[in-house]
Amino acid sequence: HLTVTEPVAILKASEVWGALRGLETFSQLVYEDDYGSFLVNESEINDFPRFAHRGVLLDTSRHYLPLKSILTNLDAMAFNKFNVLHWHIVDDQSFPYQSIYFPELSDKGAYSSNLIYTPTDVRLVIEYARLRGIRVIPEFDTPGHTQSWGKGQKDLLTPCYNGKQPTGSFGPVNPVWNTTYDFMTKFFKEISSVFPDEFIHLGGDEVDFSCWKSNPEVKEFMKKQGFGIDYAKLESYYVQNILDIVSSYNKGQMVWQEVFDHKAQLKPNTVVQVWMANNYARELSRVTGAGFTALLSAPWYLDYIRSEEQKKLVIGGEACLWGEFVDATNLTPRLWPRASAVGERLWSSSNVTNLQDAYKRLTNHRCRML
Amino acid sequence: AENEPSWETPCTKLLVYVSTPGCDGFPSLDSSESYKLSVSKGSMLLSAETIWGALRGLETFSQLVGRDENGTYYINETEIVDFPRFPHRGLLLDTSRHYLPLKAILETLDVMAYNKFNVFHWHIVDDPSFPYESSTFPELSRQGAFNAMTHVYTASDVRSVIEYARLRGIRVIAEFDTPGHTLSWGPGAPGLLTPCYMGKAPSGVYGPINPIVNSTYQFVTSFFQEVSTVFPDFFLHLGGDEVDFTCWQSNPEIRAFMAETGLGEDYKKLESFYIQRLLDIVSSLGKGYIVWQEVFDNDVKLRPDTIIHVWKENNLQYLNEMANVTRAGYRALLSAPWYLNRISYGQDWIEAYKVEPLNFEGSPEQKALVIGGEACMWGEYVDVTNLTPRLW
Repeated sequence: HLTVTEPVAILKASEVWGALRGLETFSQLVYEDDYGSFLVNESEINDFPRFAHRGVLLDTSRHYLPLKSILTNLDAMAFNKFNVLHWHIVDDQSFPYQSIYFPELSDKGAYSSNLIYTPTDVRLVIEYARLRGIRVIPEFDTPGHTQSWGKGQKDLLTPCYNGKQPTGSFGPVNPVWNTTYDFMTKFFKEISSVFPDEFIHLGGDEVDFSCWKSNPEVKEFMKKQGFGIDYAKLESYYVQNILDIVSSYNKGQMVWQEVFDHKAQLKPNTVVQVWMANNYARELSRVTGAGFTALLSAPWYLDYIRSEEQKKLVIGGEACLWGEFVDATNLTPRLWPRASAVGERLWSSSNVTNLQDAYKRLTNHRCRML
Repeated sequence: AENEPSWETPCTKLLVYVSTPGCDGFPSLDSSESYKLSVSKGSMLLSAETIWGALRGLETFSQLVGRDENGTYYINETEIVDFPRFPHRGLLLDTSRHYLPLKAILETLDVMAYNKFNVFHWHIVDDPSFPYESSTFPELSRQGAFNAMTHVYTASDVRSVIEYARLRGIRVIAEFDTPGHTLSWGPGAPGLLTPCYMGKAPSGVYGPINPIVNSTYQFVTSFFQEVSTVFPDFFLHLGGDEVDFTCWQSNPEIRAFMAETGLGEDYKKLESFYIQRLLDIVSSLGKGYIVWQEVFDNDVKLRPDTIIHVWKENNLQYLNEMANVTRAGYRALLSAPWYLNRISYGQDWIEAYKVEPLNFEGSPEQKALVIGGEACMWGEYVDVTNLTPRLW
């Protein structure tokens, strides 16, 4: 709640996070006249976000992003009242996260020894974000998107076969070995203590079944478990185990929509992130219809969701900047000011839709951010 | 010894030999840029006809030098004979839609040199702003720039660009686009633009340059006299694109002129009338010119040494245009498939790479009239915050 009158302006919020949002707004109300004097108009503002989860995803695996890039981006996020940094920190291409329990992961998996995030770096990001009211939710995406994990952790990924011979290449995390779950138990114990947020994103997207299908041990396991030839069941078996592990550390889980689509048994407060552009509205409807909270990353209309109850389960969304073609040389102009449009959509009320008005404000806001 | 790595005596000198002296001159369309590079045991030699060729060879040489794990610089034995396929390899920057600080222009010239570009096409003014500080008509930028103090190119700035470019073997071809794309000229040159009419009364809005009044041609003569001295290259780009006829059509004086001179309803002929006079003026100032394709498409009478700049892209139609232009005997520049301001996701360099400028039906003599092309970075959505990653 912001009141600007003579002789004093008052900003009230129930928590410091609200105060931060109010300070951002206040800073935007201040303007300079032609003589260089700073002015602010009498104002009375009651403000609150429409959605509680307003995120930006950064991908530091396809291209390493230097700390400075990440911190600059956190500043830009604060200017736009974003409150979640979804840090997609590792993936197929590289593993820059320096693990305390498993240092080989980044030793062997990072692009190079100086393209890593040390525990100090990670703490810095978390604190820099915290001071801006931004939660840091790390994503350690498995069982797919894990090629780089196999460099530093032998016998984690599934060996692919050509007939009876291993081909030498590897697929997703191996779901049939106990050692896999021993590793994940230890690994997520570390992650749970390093990252203070209640939630961890576990990925679960785009799992390619062909390697599993080629592996005799996996095929044997499928038979024993009675999964038949439905590898989605194997994926779900794996995911459920990981969800249990992470739950035991009192962390909530976020997953990509495939985990829901393939019918894994989720915990009641698992958040499902909808990213596939085809029919995302129906997907949102299905996810919330099943009682799960949903996050939207494909563009959105909420009209397919019937009930008010269901609508409440949509907790927000995220602007995603995947890193295949992005590094420090082009991150900022590619992400901003377009992400500002997402920020407004997530904070402002559903009837704030006038394009001409938004254009005027966005052009001013962009100059402010420069 | 047999099995030792063959590190020869370290080479510390690259000998550069240029047969035709000329370090103080400017590069031109006809400049030779060929060079030979010879790297062998104990000797490295770069030879070129002109200093411009030597610059190209130096760039290549710098790319051949590698560094090993121990930090030692090395270069492989090499024999290179190199020369450009096209003599005009340009880049267009637009400093009217968004002002570009001097530093951004100079940085771009550096990267152009890394890529052996040799023409900087400076689309310096347009509708939105007039940042060029004219000594003859100071009001043009005073009234027409986004900000007359901070968003202008002074005479000294312009000289810096020209010299910085010259040292990299890059020609600076300025474009002062007329008669369209001239809204920003209006405030500083009252009476220059055509007043548009709504019925019998002026609407308060202005259109292209007014082609029927003598004052226009007096202005154009004085203005281009200055431009011809400021910019040393033989060529000027005179624009001539996207002339909207509606304002001319609405103006009663112009309609009267059309009737009196027998041009009737064909406003292309009026555009022609202006352009022909402009070309004569610029010719008499001893300059050659480049024009956008509409000038050719609209049947303007052109001098045979005019260069036509092909920019319209519509399902590979540009290849037809290239054929038409060269068949008519004019030299052609290609930009249509190289509008780099039009972005798309992923590896879009591939589309630019796949372009083959001579992929049209024509005789070898015709094809020889294609002198090169230009990558364009129009500025509607580009300023210093995103120029470099969008262009390179």
